[in-house]
This record gives sequence, structure tokens and C-alpha cells, in this order.
Amino acid sequence: MMTHSDVINSVPQTATPGTPAAVHQLLSARRFRPAETLPWVLAMAAYFVLPQYFQLGAQILIMVLFALSFDLLLGYGGIVTLGHAAYFGAGAYTAGLLAKYGWGEPLSALLVSGLVAGILGTLAGAVILRTRGLALLMLGMAVSLLLLELANNLTDITGGADGLQGMNLSPLLGQFDFDMFGKTAYVYSLAVLFVAWLLLRHLVNSPFGRSLVGIRQNPARMQALGVSVWARRLTAFAISSALAGIAGALSAQTSQFVSLSVFGLELSGMVIVMLVMGGTGRLYGAFVGATVYMVAQDMLSKDQPTTWLFWIGLLLILLVLFNRGGLLGLCDAARRRIVNKEAP
Amino acid sequence: MNTANILVGIAFSGAAYAMVLYMTSVGLSVTMGLLGVANLAHGAFAMAGGYFLVTFMDRLAVPFGLAVVLACVAVGGLSLVLERWVYARVYKATELDQVVLSMGLIFVGTAIAQFVFGAQPVRVVIPDAIGGQLAAGGGFTFPVYRIFLIVTGLAIFAGLWVTIEKTLIGARIRSAVDNRAMAEALGLNSKQLFAAVFALGSVLAALGGAVGADVMAIEPEYALKHLVYFLIVVAVGGLGSVKGPFLAALLLGLGDATCKILAPEFGGIFIYIALFLILLVKPNGLFGRA
Repeated sequence: MMTHSDVINSVPQTATPGTPAAVHQLLSARRFRPAETLPWVLAMAAYFVLPQYFQLGAQILIMVLFALSFDLLLGYGGIVTLGHAAYFGAGAYTAGLLAKYGWGEPLSALLVSGLVAGILGTLAGAVILRTRGLALLMLGMAVSLLLLELANNLTDITGGADGLQGMNLSPLLGQFDFDMFGKTAYVYSLAVLFVAWLLLRHLVNSPFGRSLVGIRQNPARMQALGVSVWARRLTAFAISSALAGIAGALSAQTSQFVSLSVFGLELSGMVIVMLVMGGTGRLYGAFVGATVYMVAQDMLSKDQPTTWLFWIGLLLILLVLFNRGGLLGLCDAARRRIVNKEAP
Repeated sequence: MNTANILVGIAFSGAAYAMVLYMTSVGLSVTMGLLGVANLAHGAFAMAGGYFLVTFMDRLAVPFGLAVVLACVAVGGLSLVLERWVYARVYKATELDQVVLSMGLIFVGTAIAQFVFGAQPVRVVIPDAIGGQLAAGGGFTFPVYRIFLIVTGLAIFAGLWVTIEKTLIGARIRSAVDNRAMAEALGLNSKQLFAAVFALGSVLAALGGAVGADVMAIEPEYALKHLVYFLIVVAVGGLGSVKGPFLAALLLGLGDATCKILAPEFGGIFIYIALFLILLVKPNGLFGRA
């Protein structure tokens, strides 16, 4: 019989001497690499260099957070739904309603919004994760469309099609007012995104995250290994929904407006597009995809919305046909070619 | 208006709407069941049908009937090209890839439509032969165009049903839906069959888009705007079936008309709740095979 150490030693040793490759790979995934500081350095540089773009910057950071939350579900859990906007919207409306009806403190409202979206996600997930394939796609969509109709009909509370207005936010931490240039909004969004990123980074490298990947690759086998597949998927769904809700709440607080489109099919589609563009299942795909998408949209769609739609569509088609890893996958492929050339 | 009038009105406009929905979605059901491609861009073929119809009628002065046929042929050709060069590559890909690909196709289709025809819906001139009202006994009048839609939808349904259930081609399609590996082992040329089925589905969508242009206006947002309803028809009806989507489309069309006339303030809430419950109890659709 093989002992545990036999199994480990039977792995070919190519990495650091003394550490088997697979174990080394698992351990090193947790270690911070220098490249991982890049998004944060860039975001802070943007604060000083591009102060005129605070508003857009805050929007980008919020979409990064939304895409990041979806990456846990799609990239790690392999759960394809077309309705993640439901939880973004739930967070946005919660934060908006809280601020409108007297709860102006932003941070606690943010947490409450995340909690509401998380609970909604748990309830919805418990129901819709029982299905697979087309039914799952449709049920996810039905949840967001149901919320859309509700928000549209409860005009007295939500403002209906006119959107939710008249939010009253107190200054952040009692100090920083939400200014019209979006300076507070930018720093606030960046800080929230950073915390969420730390949390998710820890999560996907934990045994829980590894088991999610295992479930994505082979649910039957994970079940046979004694993993409660359904509970893990539901947990992932709940965490992802809560984070999406926080992203929605951030969007409501920083723009002080919530429109019905937060529940729309377009937003659910957009987050998939951003994530796939950047690359799924690697956390940083959300950063790259959301930034490229939002910047390109801002630059192109003002003058020529049609051209913008055409190129983004074409890019999606080409990405699916020729490169399944998104933009970051392209970078990887390019790097591999260079390395291979240098060391034949 | 008395109750009978309202009920007849609901049944009539609901049924006409249902037939357009059926024609535009049945191809999606068959391609999804047979090819396993979640082609969200299916509505774009219906939209293309509508735009081709308008082009043929307005720019080339082709009469309505011939223009519909030409539009179907044009979309069929287009779909064969797309099937060969785009869709065939994702038959075995993951669901996500298929969803993203079809979303890209929707975007490109929308952009092209907007670029060529503008953002506003285009008007399709319905010929006098199928326009106007038909007066019946008891004070009821029926728009002839709606009758035309219902008859066309029924004819398509009957034709498809006979083709799938009674002909050799239908038997081949059914065998490939049930067990592709076995059907191929018995010598079925699945590549050709897939292309043919894909083209047929697109042609039906184009027909629905073209003749239904007065019910579902032809505009660049068409594919995305009606996507939810197409998917409901397919998901509730069950994949790879001809009868399922027909009944699902009827349910949806009548339900939608009832909601719009009797409880407009609740919008689509009832429909989404019904969809939710149906899919929970029967994830494979009302008429889908387990």
C-alpha cells in the first residue's frame, strides 16, 4: 500500500528542490507575486495622474468588483447563469432605499446591502442550483426579470421606471463628503474592491476554492470523494451574490441614483462579456476585462455607439473561436512563446 | 365591451402572437436539442428575415409573397455559411463559449442592422389581400392579418410534425437527437444533417420574422428584446421537440395577451412566476424528455 508520503514523492520533482511540483504549485499560488501589485499601483497612479476621470474610474472599479464576484461563480464554480444582475440590483436598491429613508451612513448600509443580496442569493441559489444547463440559465434570468418587474411596479417605493432618486448620504467615516468630482467615490470604491479582492484571493486558494474547481471539472468524482457538491456550489453562489450586492450598493451610493436597468438582461450579459474578455477563473481577468470594456465603451460609444457594438461583438466571436482564455490568455500564450524561444 | 368580446379578443391576438413566437423559436428548440448549441442569437435570423423582406419590397419592388420566399432563401444561405464557419466550431464547446459567441453575434447583427437601416423600426407594408377586417356574425370582427398569421403558424406546425414524425429525414433527426453516437455508428452523416437542420431552423425563424413583422416590429434590438420570450418557449416546451414549443408558445401568447388586457399593471410578473414554477417542477420543460 502507498503511504501519503509515497504519493507526494511519486510526483515528478521539477520545481524547487525538495518540494514536489504539485504541492509546490498549490503552496505558491497563495504567495503574493510582484505582478499582483500592478492593478493597485495603476489604480493609485490614476488617482494622481487622471483626476478628471474619477467618475469613470469609480464606475470601472465597481464593474471590476461585480465581474470579480461573477468569476467565483463562473470561473471557479463553473455555474453559467444569465441573471447575476439580480444580486447587483438587489444591493443597489437596498442601498438606495436605505439612504432615501434615513439610513445615510454609507459603510453600514454597504454591508446591509451585501447581506440582503447574499440572503437573496442563498434563497434563489437553493432553488435554481437544483437544475442544470438551459433550465439553470433560464431560472437565473427569471429571478432578475421578476425583480425587474417588481421594481417597475412598486412605483411608490422604488420610483418605478423613473429610477430611485433623492438619496441622502452622510459623509464617509463622518469625514469625507461624496463630492461631485467623484474623488471620495473613487477612493471608497478602490478600498472596498481591495478588501473584496483579498477575501476572494484567500477563498479561491483555500481548500474550499480548490474543491469548487474540482466540482467544475468533475462533479461526480468530487461527490464520490465525499464532498457535498450542492452545499459547496450554494456557498459559492451566496458569497458571489453578496459581493455582487456590494458592487451594486457601491454603484448606488457613488452615483446617488438607481435605475431599473440594474436588473436588466444587458447588465447580466455585460458582466459575462467583461469576464470572458479578460479571462475566467483567474481573478485578474475581471480587472483586465472590466477596465478594457469600460474604457473602450467610454471612448467609442459616445460618438459611434454602433461601431462600438460591432467591434465588441466581433471581439467576442474571435475570442471564442480562436482563444478561450480571454485577453490574459493571449498574454500567457505570448509569454510562453517567448520563453520557449529563449530556452529551446 | 362585453365579456365575450374581451375573451375572443384575447384569444385571437394571443394566438396570432403565439404563432409568430412559435415560428421564430421552433428552430432554436430543434438546434438546441439536436446540436446542443445554446444559440441565443437565433432571433437575429428572424430579424434578418424581416430586414430582407423590407429590402426586397421597398428597394426592388418585389411583391409581398415572393419577397417572403426570397427573404427565407437569403437567410437560409446566410445560416449555412455561419453554421459551417462559426457554429460548427462550438458544437462540442462549453455552454459558456456558446453563450458568449451568440452574444457576440447578437451585437454584430444589431450593429449591422442599425448601420444599414437606422435605429427606428422599419415598416412592413402588408398587402391588401391580407389586410383589413373580416366581419363575422354576432358583431365580431377579426383582422385578416391575424387570421393569416394563425393559419401560417398552424400550417408550419402541421408540416413540421409530419416531416419529423412520418418521413425518413424526420426519423434521422429524431435518432440523432436521441443517441447521436449510435446514429453515426449506423452510417448517419451527421455533418450534413446538422447543417440542414440548422438551415431549416433559420429559415423558419426568417419566415416568422418576415410575416410577423407587424406583431413583432423589425428593429435592431429585435434579437435581444425578444430573447427572453424565445428562450421561454424553448425551455418550457422542451428541447428537440416540435409539439412542445407549439404548446408553450400558445401558453405564452395567450398568457401574455391576458396579462396585457386584464392586468396591465402587473406586466410580466405572472409569466415569470409561472416560468419559474414550471422549470422547477419540470427542468426539461413541460413536454421535454427526461
